[in-house]
Amino acid sequence: MIEFLMHVEKDTVGVAVVDIKAGTQVSGRTLHGNAKPKLKALVDIPLGHKIAMQDFKPGDTVIKYGEDIGKVVAPIKKGDHVHVHNVKTKRW
Amino acid sequence: MKIPTIKGYRRENGRVGIRNHVIILPVDDISNAACEAVANNIKGTLALPHAYGRLQFGEDLDLFFRTMIGTGANPNVAAVVVIGIEPGWTQRIVDGIAKTGKPVAGFSIERFGDITTIANASRKALEYVQWASELERETCKFNELYISVKCGESDTTTGLSSCPTVGNVMDKAIAMGGTASFGETSELTGGEHIVRAKAANEKVAQQFDAIFKDYQDMIMQEKTDDLSESQPTKGNIRGGLTTIEEKALGNIEKLGKKTKFVGCLKPAEAPSKKGFWFMDTSSAAAEAVTLWAASGAVVHLFPTGQGNIIGNPIEPVIKLSGNPITCSTMGEHIDLDVSAILRGEMTVDEAGDELIEMIIRTANGRLTAAEALGHREFVLTKLYRSA
Repeated sequence: MIEFLMHVEKDTVGVAVVDIKAGTQVSGRTLHGNAKPKLKALVDIPLGHKIAMQDFKPGDTVIKYGEDIGKVVAPIKKGDHVHVHNVKTKRW
Repeated sequence: MKIPTIKGYRRENGRVGIRNHVIILPVDDISNAACEAVANNIKGTLALPHAYGRLQFGEDLDLFFRTMIGTGANPNVAAVVVIGIEPGWTQRIVDGIAKTGKPVAGFSIERFGDITTIANASRKALEYVQWASELERETCKFNELYISVKCGESDTTTGLSSCPTVGNVMDKAIAMGGTASFGETSELTGGEHIVRAKAANEKVAQQFDAIFKDYQDMIMQEKTDDLSESQPTKGNIRGGLTTIEEKALGNIEKLGKKTKFVGCLKPAEAPSKKGFWFMDTSSAAAEAVTLWAASGAVVHLFPTGQGNIIGNPIEPVIKLSGNPITCSTMGEHIDLDVSAILRGEMTVDEAGDELIEMIIRTANGRLTAAEALGHREFVLTKLYRSA
């Protein structure tokens, strides 16, 4: 049983594959690779939404699919919910 | 590699279709009423009302004619009745469709009025639908199907499951010698370097660069904010997608691991040879699928996360989803559930084989969810205002 998936090992976020409850210990795996990360969820993270695999500060880049998916605009702790309230596009 | 067979309709020009529609095609918005009246009179025919066809000019007019003629020429269409307000543009569309060798006839309303036009067009539609009803399916090869691919209302599950499943099918279908097309120019933003690297040669890569830049320039010129809630959509965001870059990287999973694209197509332009093609399209589902149907595609693969319910009147749209909430709450819209990938109980390769099986069943006559539910979204792409 896993609670989240990552695309590749260098990703700095995971995707919840179940509804994750705040305070629970969750484990995941990578689609491409052998990592089996574990961490504690700080807040509720709905299925399909992203969980931070590390701390971020504003201006940092978020990596998913091994690629740049945008810039951090508010501090994020490991185990936080990563979404439009703390990450924005670099393109438009 | 063993190439599966399907039971399709081989048209006069040798192309293979999987449906046998007789369509009643309006040249312009004001001929919709007559077309719908004919389709109401003659059962088994299908009117394709739309919003345009008047006072368009330049490249926008070229695209209009390419879309109209291409829709009639699609191998899923057996015969066409064209109705327009005046005879000139009506005949231009009739002549374009006639090059396929299929039955097509035009009617114009000025100097006759709706009622006489409807009567005359109904008699022709009756003749066509009875003729088409006796056409028989014959054995054709899977690689004779021209397949289009585009996702909609995507979320993070599409990038993990349903889009890679389509990518797996693209790798297999192109290796069989098939023809397929992807597009969604704006929705490659953030992954355009990955798409560029999949071009078959530098000339194709440069054509892609020019099309991509042109679309970006349009967005930068027209935008009033960062497009959040438009691209990604509000539905994408609800599903967990945060930025256009993240959405694009999931989208391009549909391109597969091995396949290179051999050329770039204008909107609604037909591929000139086999292989994988990029088409310059909007990322809005109904607009894009209408363009692919007009380019001759006979079956569309549509991954969805949150549950886009689109269909097309002449090109069956096969939907697949890996989101367990969508598959359980709106299962009537989903032809293939690949949520087992998220649970680690199914590989992308296995899901790809299941999708090929679903394409074969659809080609042999199984109605897609969108067909059974009556989704017939026919939406023309308009490049700019009319004169």
